[in-house]
Amino acid sequence: MTTLTLAKALNAGLRRALADDDKVVLMGEDIGTLGGVFRVTDGLKAEFGAKRVVDTPLSEAGIVGTAVGLAYRGFRPVIEIQFDGFIYPGFDQIVAQVAKLHYRSRGNVRMPITIRVPFGGGIGAAEHHSESPEAYFAHTAGLRVVACSNPADAYMMVRQAIASDDPVLFFEPKRRYHVKGEVDETASLADARPMGVATTVTAGTDVTLVTYGALVQTARDVATAAAEDGVSVEVIDLRSIAPVDYATIEASVRRTGRLVITHEAGQQGGVGAELAASITERCFEFLEAAPVRVTGHDIPYPPAKLERHHLPDLDRILDGVDRVMGRPNSLSGVEA
Amino acid sequence: MTPSDRDATGLLTRPDDFVQLVTPTGERHANAEFDPWIADIDLGALGRLYRDMAIVRRIDSEATALQRQGELGLWPPLAGQEAAQIGAGRALRDDDFIFSSYREHALAWVRGVEPAELLSVWRGTAASGWNPFEHGMAVPQIIIGAQALHATGYAMGAAWEGSDAAAISFFGDGATSEGDVNEALVFAASFDAPVVFFCQNNQWAISEPVGLQSKQHLARRADGFGMPGVRVDGNDVLAVLAATRIALDRARRGEGPTFIEAVTYRMGPHTTADDPKRYRTDDELAEWRERDPLARVLALLEASGVDVVGLERDVATDADRAAAELRAAITTIADPEALTVFDHVYAEPNSHLERQREHYTRYLAMFEDASTEHSTDAAASETAEGGAR
Repeated sequence: MTTLTLAKALNAGLRRALADDDKVVLMGEDIGTLGGVFRVTDGLKAEFGAKRVVDTPLSEAGIVGTAVGLAYRGFRPVIEIQFDGFIYPGFDQIVAQVAKLHYRSRGNVRMPITIRVPFGGGIGAAEHHSESPEAYFAHTAGLRVVACSNPADAYMMVRQAIASDDPVLFFEPKRRYHVKGEVDETASLADARPMGVATTVTAGTDVTLVTYGALVQTARDVATAAAEDGVSVEVIDLRSIAPVDYATIEASVRRTGRLVITHEAGQQGGVGAELAASITERCFEFLEAAPVRVTGHDIPYPPAKLERHHLPDLDRILDGVDRVMGRPNSLSGVEA
Repeated sequence: MTPSDRDATGLLTRPDDFVQLVTPTGERHANAEFDPWIADIDLGALGRLYRDMAIVRRIDSEATALQRQGELGLWPPLAGQEAAQIGAGRALRDDDFIFSSYREHALAWVRGVEPAELLSVWRGTAASGWNPFEHGMAVPQIIIGAQALHATGYAMGAAWEGSDAAAISFFGDGATSEGDVNEALVFAASFDAPVVFFCQNNQWAISEPVGLQSKQHLARRADGFGMPGVRVDGNDVLAVLAATRIALDRARRGEGPTFIEAVTYRMGPHTTADDPKRYRTDDELAEWRERDPLARVLALLEASGVDVVGLERDVATDADRAAAELRAAITTIADPEALTVFDHVYAEPNSHLERQREHYTRYLAMFEDASTEHSTDAAASETAEGGAR
């Protein structure tokens, strides 16, 4: 076991993937000489050369579109979108090309492309640097969408994403890049927990709290705080946003009878809406209360000095827990 | 002098006209730079280029007829662009990879795509008819210009592997306004990618004239990206063949991309759903009919003493056979089974989609159980209940 930050764990995972398969190439803006703006690719160009770790022109469609051509040629491109809000110029290539070519070619053309995206807010950044665009991609057939939340998962999931024959949107919680944790760098892909399986990170009996990415840590804090208040919260780290591991959530909700979902992205048409609807369809008769979503507001990401009012935090999520528990909460007495 | 004017291959940009080796009336113009690249094209080879063009013209008209008869949902006719496509296609090596748009049926012909494979997309039975790796030709693109980036990435990968194979991307004049094409030009130039950007300037992007896309000849754009741009008569199969060979040779030597603007004309509608009479004149059409790519080759052959009557007769027989095969292929294209709608969305199992497939399977089974009549018996109700779960 090694103690690594989440960013260093990603770096180690990428290094391992580059070493294991010479068809793996990294591409992105500033990822080579600089090592990426978050230093996730630090040192990899020096180690593997400029044809394996490629600094590209500033062109998201260009990065994604050339990755498609490289995949045609048999490569496994791993591309970095520098910030979440920069992904939109590459959106067409992702949803119209990367996502569909396997289907359109009736399985003849594989798109084993990993699209790494630092996502989410909480770092006091400028506009377009704090977004949570995962729902756009979860809505697109042909893509897998995952988010890591801790160094051990970061190390293994990035390797799994690269090894996957399907394209993977790989969301990295940028405000947790510096969180440290134990990583087993000797672990093999074959023995690893599948990327599509959720993890119960805190066991509980009263409320199931589902989240992913940066908010997993907040959710754990919620469970600790709620326990002091006599409420037992089970925290599930979704890990895979598409497809969702409903079996794990369903089993939990059948025991707790209550579901809270939290994410930084806005509520309308979001991942939480999908989870709430699907769990209601699957185990309505086990629910003691309607599922509750604690999310970002349906607003453009606000200026840094306002982001604490946008992002779900410990107290707002606890308020959501109170709602499903029927305890006094901010909406008590308000008609739905 | 701009960098492209001084390109090492001698591939000169001519912003105010185009390279033409055979005039519309079949006169052969000598060209010191281009002629060496087609020195091997003797009268027999020229006859074979004519044969290619005549067959794809016949395939195209047959497919248009099949659409009018309701056998195809849609067809984008290539008529008028035979020389541009055959000239470029016959310049390629087998290991070069084509990334095309939706009108490049002649490239599919060159690459040996079977009639049923060619038609299945337009009949609506498949999203793509052929395996790209069997024919060295990618899934055709509907999204305008997206394939320019794919060709560039493929070419970058080929070069990194030490191969001297090249990629070629076909797109139209309208696509030059898209970001993807411009970004492809940036990437290709920056990485010296062995790729050829082949723009078929057919004058019209559905109803929009090329002048709405550009205020100058498209080939001149190449200069701004730091690559040679060449403007050829796209209705002159020899000029296109030579220009494409020069560009491919440049790519193989590691000197990077080339932009070719083949000036041609779409004689028919954009697709069979389009009415070009709403946006262009009969005079314009007549003017371009005078520049027919097939007629000039026949005129040149005749002037060279070839028995063109015999050639036309032989080629017409081949073309009729190709058309008959195309028509017959329709009967071999079966409608796909319902549940194949779920196939190949993912390469790996996906629990969410498997559940949807299972539910839809149950739903479909209700109709099998109900057999030929609208049944309200208990068994059918049970199935319905099961299907809804």
